[in-house]
Amino acid sequence: MDTLLLSRIQFGANISFHILFPTITIALGWVLFYFKLRFNSSGEERWMDAYRFWVKVFALSFGLGVVSGITMSFQFGTNWPGFMETVGNIAGPLLAYEVMTAFFLEAVFLGIMLFGMSRVPGWLHTLATFLVAFGTTMSAFWILVLSSWMHTPAGFEMREGVAHATNWWAIIFNPSMPYRVTHMLLASGLTVAFLLAGLSALRWLRGDKGADVRVSLVTGLGLGALLIPMQIFAGDMHGLNTMEHQPAKVAAMEGNWETQGNAPLLLFAIPDEIARENRAEIGIPNLASIILTHHADGEIPGLNDFVAEDGTPLHPPVAPVFYAFRVMVGTGMAMLLLSWAAVGFMAFRRRGPEGLPKPLLLALVPMAFSGWVATLAGWYTTEIGRQPWLVSGVMTTEQAVAEVPAPMVATTLVIYLSVYAGLLLAFIGVLYYLASVGRQAKKRGRPDLPGLNPTPAE
Amino acid sequence: MDMFGDPAIWLPLAFASLMGLSILIYVCLDGFDLGIGVLFPFATEAEKDRMVASIGPFWDANETWLVLAIGILLVAFPSAHGVILTTLYLPVAIMLVGLILRGVAFEFRAKAPARRKRLWDLSFWIGSLMASLAQGFMLGLYVMGLEMTPFTLFFGALTAVFLTVAYSFIGAAWMILKAEGELQVKAIQWAQGGIWGVVLGLGAISLASPFVSSRIFDKWFTLPELYFLVPLPVISAGLIFLLWGLLRSLPRESDALCAAPFVLTIALFTLGFIGMAYSFYPYVVPDRLTIFEAASAPESLMIIFVGTLVVLPMIIGYTVLSYVIFRGKATELRYD
Repeated sequence: MDTLLLSRIQFGANISFHILFPTITIALGWVLFYFKLRFNSSGEERWMDAYRFWVKVFALSFGLGVVSGITMSFQFGTNWPGFMETVGNIAGPLLAYEVMTAFFLEAVFLGIMLFGMSRVPGWLHTLATFLVAFGTTMSAFWILVLSSWMHTPAGFEMREGVAHATNWWAIIFNPSMPYRVTHMLLASGLTVAFLLAGLSALRWLRGDKGADVRVSLVTGLGLGALLIPMQIFAGDMHGLNTMEHQPAKVAAMEGNWETQGNAPLLLFAIPDEIARENRAEIGIPNLASIILTHHADGEIPGLNDFVAEDGTPLHPPVAPVFYAFRVMVGTGMAMLLLSWAAVGFMAFRRRGPEGLPKPLLLALVPMAFSGWVATLAGWYTTEIGRQPWLVSGVMTTEQAVAEVPAPMVATTLVIYLSVYAGLLLAFIGVLYYLASVGRQAKKRGRPDLPGLNPTPAE
Repeated sequence: MDMFGDPAIWLPLAFASLMGLSILIYVCLDGFDLGIGVLFPFATEAEKDRMVASIGPFWDANETWLVLAIGILLVAFPSAHGVILTTLYLPVAIMLVGLILRGVAFEFRAKAPARRKRLWDLSFWIGSLMASLAQGFMLGLYVMGLEMTPFTLFFGALTAVFLTVAYSFIGAAWMILKAEGELQVKAIQWAQGGIWGVVLGLGAISLASPFVSSRIFDKWFTLPELYFLVPLPVISAGLIFLLWGLLRSLPRESDALCAAPFVLTIALFTLGFIGMAYSFYPYVVPDRLTIFEAASAPESLMIIFVGTLVVLPMIIGYTVLSYVIFRGKATELRYD
């Protein structure tokens, strides 16, 4: 494998590992703020118990997000120096604002939020919780502005091969930014909704039916049921925006080779880029046209429009985009089905979580990480869908890569991958461990979970 | 905004100063975090908990100064960022893996099952060690002008050890401030055992820089500059003797002067840093690329600069707030 491919795999692996954790912390910060507010207004201990459990998940996710994020800020330089050399004048300020308005805010107030409860007044602790949630959201905002700008660049001019900013307003509010930010924030909300529901369902099934588990479960299911229709709508809007600005990506998502009206929605197919056609197609007639243009005969862009005269494709690789998109949508459908069924059972049986059938609870457990699957699939769709461009129409991915010897990239790739695999296992393991420890602690009549320093004698 | 003269001159200068300040703050603050990690094998189980508790609320913000420093290099001096980081590809990767292993251990060692705690303590130690050694190695290579020869690699290996010991020294100084009783006595011994790292580190860099580059030699050893520069090494030497004497007299009645070693160490690091900054200015890649050549377009720097003027005082403000909230001796860290 050459340096380019290895560097792409390395950055892809890093960013995939990284995004898992911000996806949790962005929304979980707000859920914790909600728990804290409910406790402040009601004085009911169950909200604080829920806070204490989930703040551990938050701290763990935050730590993993921080360390994997630092890795990425260095990899811009170690592996992709061409990126900053070409578009540094635009990417630079956006990244700088992320560090300055978000990173320090989160990091400092996280310390107060985690360890300051007995050292600061209640209002300051609530404020710290708010500022951490606000900081994670600001961080997401700035990085998504940059990501959106790479997809739909605006507000700049090229001088001697280097991008110069001409209009910061146009750079920040570039055409795909509002859609991407909304789509990602909702994705984070859904990830956390199903993490809350899934882990709480596990605790519930194991017989831990305490008040804090109950509020976590209900909060998760309610949040999921509320957000998923919003997400389907936002995703649809984002798709329309993509069709306007990045038609080749939409063509790959739909597996559509020839520009045509009455395009079918393909439920399954095996895109063959050499023969330039699909095999084993199963589709619903006209539906892609209806979804993307809201007319049965609306015209959908085809991949064959994006081929250079010499036959080099100027569109993204079709199969990964096509499959990733289907994984995302499929996961979203499962989320819709489960969360609405659960809320329906709770509403009609009027017994709260007691009214949930056991198979539904069992199904929620593996769904704890469904948000991860959907988020990753969505990012693969959009980022692979941008190829061969790094910044659409401005520079290709190949132009940015560093001339680091391939064996060196391969070595570090192997190291990163093994570290990430180990950490991912440890993370999931510890979540399940925390879920089981809560029950044991309660059985012994000790409602609090171990603090930062559990005594080894336990 | 031409009131300070040409923005293509003063903006790169402002960002170079800001980057320097971030690096210095990082070296002092994450220096003591990493140092505590390096000292881990010398502590008992209970002491380890206390040591982690003394840095738990701070380490994340401390590490963010590294992100800011590398961020400024990335955004203000993009071409230098590329040259430096591709040259230092492997040590950077080692440092990053170290920072990952160290950073996650904070959370995992407290939340994982008790039988796994030892594993995460190991990860904390190894991670701190990897990050410190890698940073020291990069420092040495930078002083050597980012050249890769057997000699520069050897020098890098030396500075790797010196910086790691220097970090353990400032870590010990932090523990003298934050610990009580037996652990504090231990920390004083650690500091006494580690002071040579600071001395040799400062000495090696001070001696090597002028001999690697005749430009740096000329900057130091000409009149009348020499008169202004002589106080740097003289005050540094004075501080080292002061620290030496102080450490022998600690702990004192009612814990007097327990903060002094930490404060003096920061002063010492600062002097060393000023000396280095003087040597290398105006270069960001030694003898190859100046801050003016490497700088981004002035209009892009300006928009960051304006934001920095607003945000940096706030950052410093709430950072100080957090050190005030968690002042005093380290107690057991709990989530309530």
